[in-house]
Amino acid sequence: MSTQAQAVRLPRLLIGTPDQGQMSLREHLAIHGEIPTGHGRRHKRDCAAGLVESLDRSGLCGRGGAAFPTATKMRAVAKERRRAIVVANGAEGEPASLKDKLLLEALPHLVLDGGSLAVAAVGASELIVCVPRSANTARDSLTRALRERERERYDSVPVRVELVPDRYLAGQESALVSHLNGGPGVPTLTPPMSFERGVQKRPTLINNVETLAHIALIVRYGSEWFRELGTPSQPGSALLTLSGAVEYPGVYEIEHGAPLGDLIEAAGGATSDIKALLLGGYSGTWLPGMLAHTLSLSAEQLAPFDAVLGPGIILALSEDACGVAETARVTRWLAAETAGQCGPCVHGLNAIASAVEELQDGTAAPQTEQRIGRWASMVRRRGACAHPDGAVRFVASALNVFAEEFAEHARHGPCPACARPSQLPLPSNLRLAVAA
Amino acid sequence: MSTHLRVNPITCEAHGLCAELLPEMITLDDWGYPILDGNPVTPELLEHAQRAAAACPTLALLIQRRQPQR
Repeated sequence: MSTQAQAVRLPRLLIGTPDQGQMSLREHLAIHGEIPTGHGRRHKRDCAAGLVESLDRSGLCGRGGAAFPTATKMRAVAKERRRAIVVANGAEGEPASLKDKLLLEALPHLVLDGGSLAVAAVGASELIVCVPRSANTARDSLTRALRERERERYDSVPVRVELVPDRYLAGQESALVSHLNGGPGVPTLTPPMSFERGVQKRPTLINNVETLAHIALIVRYGSEWFRELGTPSQPGSALLTLSGAVEYPGVYEIEHGAPLGDLIEAAGGATSDIKALLLGGYSGTWLPGMLAHTLSLSAEQLAPFDAVLGPGIILALSEDACGVAETARVTRWLAAETAGQCGPCVHGLNAIASAVEELQDGTAAPQTEQRIGRWASMVRRRGACAHPDGAVRFVASALNVFAEEFAEHARHGPCPACARPSQLPLPSNLRLAVAA
Repeated sequence: MSTHLRVNPITCEAHGLCAELLPEMITLDDWGYPILDGNPVTPELLEHAQRAAAACPTLALLIQRRQPQR
């Protein structure tokens, strides 16, 4: 079976990704084949139950950052009384992430197959695909893909595409539900969780678009196949957005547990010495750059550093960047991206951002780092969502990894590298290239 | 079943009455928002907790009954 043999190796999701434009339904089916579902209602229902079991065996976990077991989430939705809705979450608010956009732009049929299967698995009435308002290419690609599917009578699941605000928190589950219900699109107090009471007050299954793409392959090749890559605790492959000091920044598909050095090699190697690595995006963790050559990308190896891949983001900061200036800019941005609802987040992140700026300018009072630490403990777990927790994880790890630089700035003020352009992308200066 | 306090951080506006009425369990952070000690409400303090919850102008202090967590 040539398809089988091919599918074992990487890339799995990204196989056949066109250099430009999107994969057509015909090409998609030529590579992956049809979804093996039977005909008739009864058979379909059995298939749905079988799918959840198969996902359970596969060990697939959500790829939006929280890594929650997908089958468990599906069962929670399916056991609710009311008819469910499935949401494909492509909001991708992380500035340094491009994987969801790449999937929607280049491989929309993988996402739509997965969404359609999820609809069947939980007995939902429709699929809502969420894309950022600014993601015109992704939206157009989805529209074309949906037309193809309708024309070929490939898929009868009702699908609509919804545009969500270009905000960091837009993809947070309760914020997404709020937006889809016509609300302000900011996090709400949970419970109720979206699987109990979400869009239109119905049980709502929210899956990241990469999670859905994996489902599209697991249903074709099986859970055993899925587990042939990865580690026992994190089976399968994963999409990563690698940016910063590498020759070809972009989206890569790796096996969980793969050495980071191999990934950097695959990206054409480092373009300078790596000062530090940011894992997991702006709610993630800074690690010392020397780990670039020794670290493996598994949960077990990352845990001692309090790091996770989150939504699959790795940023390599080059030696000539100022870690303090980069941290100060992103911290200010994170403070500005608060939904503005919870006092500790609003006031705490603003206070922390100001303190980091004062450390950079050399105007900070003594004990400022201790004060940041105290404020960090005052904002952790005190918001309706995890935004404050993520922001202080980012800052605390920066103070640790860039300790010498922070001490230097506190004494002497800004360094020559402070004036260099930002290496960490922020929505106003987003300039990453996709080289999949 | 045990009784727990919870703050709705979205509706809380840092009036601070809860910390005055229930200092045994609630302190304020640097911006005046309540920090709970995280313990279950003891029978002796239940009445005070109920008074604090009722006094909150935005009804952001919640008293919840909960199964003991394993």
